[in-house]
Amino acid sequence: MLSEKEVKMRIDKQQKKILVVLLLLCLITPVGIILPIFMNAGNAWGEWSAQTLKDLIGYVPQGLAKYSHVWKAPMADYTINTGARSVVHQSGFYIVSGIFGATLTYVVMLLISKLIVKNEE
Amino acid sequence: MHIPDGYLSPQTYIPLFGLFVTATAIGVKKVKKDISARNIPYLGMAAVFSFIIMMFNLPIPGGTTGHAVGSAVIAILFGPWAAMIAVSVALIIQALIFGDGGITAIGANCFNMAVFMPFVAYYTFKLFNNNSSKKRRVNFSAFISGYLSLVLASVLTAVEFGIQPLIASTADGRALYCPYDLSIAIPAMAIEHLLFFGIIEGIITAFIVGYFLRNDPGMIYAFRKGGKDENR
Repeated sequence: MLSEKEVKMRIDKQQKKILVVLLLLCLITPVGIILPIFMNAGNAWGEWSAQTLKDLIGYVPQGLAKYSHVWKAPMADYTINTGARSVVHQSGFYIVSGIFGATLTYVVMLLISKLIVKNEE
Repeated sequence: MHIPDGYLSPQTYIPLFGLFVTATAIGVKKVKKDISARNIPYLGMAAVFSFIIMMFNLPIPGGTTGHAVGSAVIAILFGPWAAMIAVSVALIIQALIFGDGGITAIGANCFNMAVFMPFVAYYTFKLFNNNSSKKRRVNFSAFISGYLSLVLASVLTAVEFGIQPLIASTADGRALYCPYDLSIAIPAMAIEHLLFFGIIEGIITAFIVGYFLRNDPGMIYAFRKGGKDENR
């Protein structure tokens, strides 16, 4: 049988390992923009911009035109500088966005969990 | 699978938002009862995992892109209700900060990927695995769970897209919102997820569940609930 302390140490070690893996995943997220460019793949189905949709069907649906600008995301498309066109630049911003988003998600989820979970066992 | 603003009519996104809020209210109660404090850091990591994995857009050469969601593995490890909250957090941050998925479509996107998908995944896993802890059986069940849940979630999303021309169009027959009907949306979404993205979700699910089966099987929610060790 493991003592409580040993169990806790094992859990800490496992959690550290997972955090490292998550960080590594953040660092390789540019795969998610480089592969589509390389393989000449476009948007996800149903996620076209109003302009792309106009090219596809010849017009922008009225309701879509009205709603598509209700929100301006501060880091739209996981970048902060849409002017940077080179893949290296895009990749850099993508990693920064990934790390920022991941950190924010972690903090928000921890806060919510701490508010909800009262079970100390 | 992140529906942008403008593709769904209010008649679609408002009811879906209502469903999502109702599910969340139930989920908060369930998680309070079900999850122990020692799992809190894991829940944070689960939400982060979902957030990051969705950034890996995978291409179909010359076609569209898509990605895994991570809902299936989170549902198996921490239960469908905890998965619902974790994936919702990731999706809402993606919508608000990164414009991935619309603001008006938050309820729809959360319902599809954070409510519907983890429940399909969890019960598919339970059904196929039938409380076995044999490695091959667990791996297989986890794969099917990830595969099927992503495919069905994509079909549900396609239905939401595809009913828009039926709900709202102008007098001259032009669509007001998503212009593609069910006969286009369902095959488009289903085929790419059946042939490619579903397989990726399945592999990720099997790989991670397999890791915890070797290293910390006691942590896996799907093994603790409804099995012979329920009250351990």
